[in-house]
Amino acid sequence: MTVTERRPGRAEVAPGPGPARLRAAPLALAVALLAGAALVAVLVGPVRLAPGAVLAELAGRLPGVHTRSGLSRQEAAILWELRLPRVVLGGLVGAMLAMAGAAYQGVFRNPLADPYLLGAAAGAGLGATLAIAYGPDTGSWPVDLLPMAAFAGAVAGVAAAYALGRSGGARTATTLILSGVAVAAFLTAVQTYVQQRQSETLREVYGWILGRLTTAGWREVALVVPYALVSTVAILLHRRLLDVLAVGDDEASSLGLRASQVRLVVVGAATLATAAAVAVSGLIGFVGIIVPHTVRLVAGTSYRRLVPLSLVGGAAFLILADLVARTVAAPAELPIGVVTAFFGAPFFALVLRTARRAP
Amino acid sequence: MTAVELAGVSVDLDGRPVLRDIDLTVPGGARLGLIGPNGSGKTTLLRAVAGLVPARGQIRVGDAPPGSLSRRALARRIALVPQSPAVPAGMTVTDYVLLGRTPYIPYLGTETRRDLAIVAEVLDHLDLGGLADRALDSLSGGERQRAVLARALAQQAPVLLLDEPTTGLDVGHQQQVLELVDILRRDLELTVVSAMHDLTLAGQFADQLVLLDGGRVAAAGPARAVLTEAVIARHYHASVRVLEDPGGGIVVVPVRSTLERQVTHEQPA
Repeated sequence: MTVTERRPGRAEVAPGPGPARLRAAPLALAVALLAGAALVAVLVGPVRLAPGAVLAELAGRLPGVHTRSGLSRQEAAILWELRLPRVVLGGLVGAMLAMAGAAYQGVFRNPLADPYLLGAAAGAGLGATLAIAYGPDTGSWPVDLLPMAAFAGAVAGVAAAYALGRSGGARTATTLILSGVAVAAFLTAVQTYVQQRQSETLREVYGWILGRLTTAGWREVALVVPYALVSTVAILLHRRLLDVLAVGDDEASSLGLRASQVRLVVVGAATLATAAAVAVSGLIGFVGIIVPHTVRLVAGTSYRRLVPLSLVGGAAFLILADLVARTVAAPAELPIGVVTAFFGAPFFALVLRTARRAP
Repeated sequence: MTAVELAGVSVDLDGRPVLRDIDLTVPGGARLGLIGPNGSGKTTLLRAVAGLVPARGQIRVGDAPPGSLSRRALARRIALVPQSPAVPAGMTVTDYVLLGRTPYIPYLGTETRRDLAIVAEVLDHLDLGGLADRALDSLSGGERQRAVLARALAQQAPVLLLDEPTTGLDVGHQQQVLELVDILRRDLELTVVSAMHDLTLAGQFADQLVLLDGGRVAAAGPARAVLTEAVIARHYHASVRVLEDPGGGIVVVPVRSTLERQVTHEQPA
């Protein structure tokens, strides 16, 4: 095509599919997947619950709906106090980890970034180990010390990495990642030292690091929800700007955007989400990488689609992973981190092989 | 009207002076060619005007007082096409061009119908309509360069800065891109400042040339005045012949010198 062939007018240009906005169909599909996963997870367990009865029981809680579910009192208690809190918690944790992973990949322009990149995992690990090794007995406290310590450790780890990355003067994404590596290595060293000194805690610490979803009613859910809400709103609002950051800090600046400011806000929100998830579930690996990448392969690379679809997809994925973790070796439970990696990795490889390149 | 005016502009990068005391006036509607050997400061000058590197001295853009424009406001007045733009994997041409609307879209907002209409118009103008849904990283070099130009045009800035816009293109696509820029400049009444490597093309596609060397303006004026064998030898340390093109203009041809080079290597005072 030469410039002289340029069409004179600007008529007959067919309006194409337009920009990468989130469309209804993929979102509906993801939500349907999530609903299906949640329903199966609620029904399956040592006590099988009847699908119709459960649906009727759930519908009965809606305002203005009066149904008789036919669940016994014991079955209703299993549903409301055991199954549902765990499914909701799994969904929240999966959603937060997948969203945070997508956000980190966006602000660092690095497909290998995951929510634990900047020292969140190492910080949480140290916090949890300290709480397990030296913490007072918190059986009588309204909230356990462990999630608090893990949350604080995760936030402190990322904050330290951020402060270190800024102090160098050059506030580039690479500097930040490298300081994250340094902080993580240091915190892990301290954590390992504490763990070795208090070897009787080894088993508990190890179990925590592999990830677990255990609930006592709705307490953990209530702990996560405020942070989940805040960080989800913040990251969803910034998802278009993550697309602008895809051209790099420099070009984003020439388009009128302060890249370091966007990065600070998004990293802050993603860190809150990660810390909240880690506090109640330990270190569940892999979700933050495979869910966003799977979404990318089927729905394209724009963060405007990637963030909301990762949110929903991450929830569905972790609910299913938890279902596997608590059923395959029942009555024993597998660490959920083992399940996400064991099933997630081959699934991801399959997606990589079969999915055609996103348009 | 003056589009861009620099008075006593100096830039240091990592403590090293890169631009020293540059005075430069770019009239509105001008097509200015920025030439000079590698490392002479061409890119830094463009980046300083675009507000991407801190500079001392005064840089006035349009009628706004120097330093008064926010980053967003500056991005509405100056569009920069970098030498090697990032190519985000999988991003469609439409989405890429839409990035040019960033300075108009509210920080946490989303694009309006008007933004989309402008994107469609720019795509059409650059004959990119058929490629609108293609991924940027699947385009050829020439197509990609047009997409990058389209993003800059979507900024609707009166001043267009191009950093070596023909890098990596064959001679035919080099001409096409520069012709296209020239047509756009006339159609949209743009002011165009381009850093150029190819001196012949620089002479053909710029009314005025500014030769940078060692961070200073070494020569400025019409192509015939700046592109002389002596000047090029002195600043590029190159042996060239400057030939008359029978069709008008001049042609700069490198030659292999058999004589010992006679020019001194000293920098101009």
